Amino acid sequence: MSPHLLDMRGIQKSFGPVKALTSVNLQVGKGEIHAICGENGAGKSTLMKILSGVYPTGSYAGSISFDGEVRQFSDLRDSEALGICIIHQELALVPMLSITENLFLGHEIATRGVIDWSLAHRRAKVLLEKVGLHVSPQTRVNQLGIGQQQLVEIAKALGKDVRLLILDEPTASLNEKDSERLLELMLELKAKDITSIIISHKLNEISRVADGVTVIRDGTTVDVIDCRESPLSESRVVQAMVGRELADRYPGREPNLGEKQFEVEHWSVEHPERPGVDFIRDVSFFARKGEVVGIAGLMGAGRTELAMSIFGGSFGKNIRGTVRLNGQELRVRNVREAIDNGIAYATEDRKGAGLLLGDGIGRNVSLASLKSLARRWVINETEELGVGEGYKKTLRIRSPDLRQPVERLSGGNQQKVVLAKWLFSNPEVLILDEPTRGIDVGAKYEIYGVVNQVVAKGKTVIMISSEMPELLGTCDRIYVMNEGRFVGEFPIQEASQERIMHAIMKNEVIQ
Amino acid sequence: MTDVIAPVAAKPSLLPAIKRGAREYGLLSSLLVIIVFFQIATGGALLQPLNLTNLILQNSYIVVMALGMLMVIVCGHIDLSVGSIVGVIGSIAAVLMVQYQFDFITVSLLCLFIGGFIGAAQGYWVAFWGMPSFIVTLGGMLIFRGATIAIGEGQSIGPFPAEFVALSAGFLPDPFQGQGLKVTSLVLGVLVVACFLWIEWRARRRVSKAGGEVMPLPLFALKHGILGGAIIAFCFMLATYRGLPTVLVIMCALIGLYTFIMNRTVIGRWIYAVGGNLKAAKLSGINTARVTFFTFVNMGVLAAVAGLIFAARLNSATPRAGSGFELDVIAAVFIGGASASGGVGKVMGVVIGAFIMGVLNNGMSIMGIGVDYQQMIKGAVLLAAVFVDVYQKNRA
Repeated sequence: MSPHLLDMRGIQKSFGPVKALTSVNLQVGKGEIHAICGENGAGKSTLMKILSGVYPTGSYAGSISFDGEVRQFSDLRDSEALGICIIHQELALVPMLSITENLFLGHEIATRGVIDWSLAHRRAKVLLEKVGLHVSPQTRVNQLGIGQQQLVEIAKALGKDVRLLILDEPTASLNEKDSERLLELMLELKAKDITSIIISHKLNEISRVADGVTVIRDGTTVDVIDCRESPLSESRVVQAMVGRELADRYPGREPNLGEKQFEVEHWSVEHPERPGVDFIRDVSFFARKGEVVGIAGLMGAGRTELAMSIFGGSFGKNIRGTVRLNGQELRVRNVREAIDNGIAYATEDRKGAGLLLGDGIGRNVSLASLKSLARRWVINETEELGVGEGYKKTLRIRSPDLRQPVERLSGGNQQKVVLAKWLFSNPEVLILDEPTRGIDVGAKYEIYGVVNQVVAKGKTVIMISSEMPELLGTCDRIYVMNEGRFVGEFPIQEASQERIMHAIMKNEVIQ
Repeated sequence: MTDVIAPVAAKPSLLPAIKRGAREYGLLSSLLVIIVFFQIATGGALLQPLNLTNLILQNSYIVVMALGMLMVIVCGHIDLSVGSIVGVIGSIAAVLMVQYQFDFITVSLLCLFIGGFIGAAQGYWVAFWGMPSFIVTLGGMLIFRGATIAIGEGQSIGPFPAEFVALSAGFLPDPFQGQGLKVTSLVLGVLVVACFLWIEWRARRRVSKAGGEVMPLPLFALKHGILGGAIIAFCFMLATYRGLPTVLVIMCALIGLYTFIMNRTVIGRWIYAVGGNLKAAKLSGINTARVTFFTFVNMGVLAAVAGLIFAARLNSATPRAGSGFELDVIAAVFIGGASASGGVGKVMGVVIGAFIMGVLNNGMSIMGIGVDYQQMIKGAVLLAAVFVDVYQKNRA
């Protein structure tokens, strides 16, 4: 093996009581392309933030060696000075500036503060040629496609004499042609002795370019695979990624399924920022009374967008398709009508889109159903407090008093407040989007318990989650979504993490 | 068996309640400190019945507009055009009443309608097209200032009919025609206090019944004793001069109405929700655009009310009427504890904020401080008030 360019050992990092990384080792040889795999939340992004100095030395345990020396980074500039460049999933270009301006942002080519534009453009041209982007360096970045913008980011890194290039899910938002070009470029850079790390879910891409793979699970390095001698075994990677035991983390429930209650047919939605192309493409599914239906998939698969477009068109443009509730076709024009017709959607972003953080439990719970607490527009506050108190007891929300602003509650208790709000709207169909993200195990268990109570009353729960064990532990049936389409459907007896992962990778649309 | 559970733990302790109260009533305390300061600095002139009456008349239109501005700011926007609306409404009223001799009731109602229409015209762009309110109302500020000058042809128009002037410069009639104490005013004050205490008591019982936390009884009694006493004392002082100004009654009615709307009604709750978390409000089925639109229409109507009061007070409409009012109104709302990012703000806070500005203006004028220094001091007070707010938030 070639000597290691990067050697991270025993990396540990905690956020308060939550351990994000318990023990991560990562070795990357000089001039190789190394892939990092792991589920959402396994700790990949945290690791990269440590490597780039966003989390400075001292905020984590463990050591980083680069180029044979132990390094201590106190911010991003320290790592950049050594030639470590990260290209994030969300690109960090200034859209209204030209390619040249973006390439040298912060490192302008100037003498005494005056920019030498002709030299800058010439150098920009050279960098663009290196990445195979043949456009004028004076083009404004917002006129480029996403694939081209990514190339600009790489050119920017090359301009800083990059030695270790880190790409965080670079092909997640690219089409096949652009992805292909990007992988091609990675191989070209490798020939020029630039080392790269690629974080990706797409195993076919990894097996094409990677020389080594490190698999991270629950903040720990669980497998390191060398794939120069023998081709990468996809099943070994999947096994390592998901090989967690399903312990007693889910309250049991006797399934009691009724007839079809909720049906969505031929649902297509355009993204508001990319009109003309369907973002959700011809999706059909159903849910029975008393059923918990899961929707699995990777981040960006379109699950949230699907749910929100059904919830009164709160996402998307040019929404087509039909929704039926108990056999009756529903035509809802806005969120109000969706709620009034018995649909509830609990957001994945509880702080940003779920709660009035400065208000107490009562005022949060009542928000979606104020009219039911009011007579002629005057709110009955006694009743409101009573409702809040009731949910505080039944959902065991730990808060000193009802008026304590919910921003001071823990994540789990905040999530329960969001849940209470939608339970109070008395829905037939409750859509939960990542209902347990970032909360502790105890609160998770209680939330699964609430889900069970809801379906026991003959209602339907649709659960969107990126944590596959959670879906396997709570659902009766699981759909798999990828790139805006449904690519798998499993009754719970047939579902497994491996099958779901394979369905995502095969990416074949189900009928 | 020897263990004795200390009974102290069960009894609600007064100290934390007092501490919380101190934070809540910090604003009121500041107003009191400022009043006491100027009372001493002006040698007792500040609280002379004559001056007190003036103070109310001078501040009424600011308070009225601050009520609307509170809604706009809580909703997450701003309205810079209110000063110009005051001007344009005054001019329209003057032209119709003085030059065309229409009767004052019709004209007043028409002016309120025009105010609402102006608010709608601006709110439309903000609410339904997502234009920044700062820019839309900056445009409105220029347009309606120009309109004021155009309608009045650059001249002052006046005087207004006496009945109209009585609206703003008049006092409550006194049945006994007494030369000394104006009994109606005093009785009205006592009645208001009684109503206020009854409402507060009922609210306290309601919360307590529902299991919510209430202020300990002694503190409750103290707070309401002081407030009630202050209101009666205030009415008594006014009663020794000419009685309660009509404007004061209008203002108090509006304060009561807006407190009720913001605290108890669905629309009030919607406004807080839209400003507090726009996305959450949308996903809870609130028509956020319509709520925003409403706050601007409402602001327009209240600016028209203020415009009528101001015109009546000056007994003429002038081209510069109302210019700069928007700044006093916005300052009052922020001093009153509203958050610039929306979602936070109370009616009572804003009223107190307006009076802090009012007492500063009035007290400094009596002391003979020049307008130059007055402006600097007012600016400093605004900064200090907002700083305290930000400081407390950062520490929490």
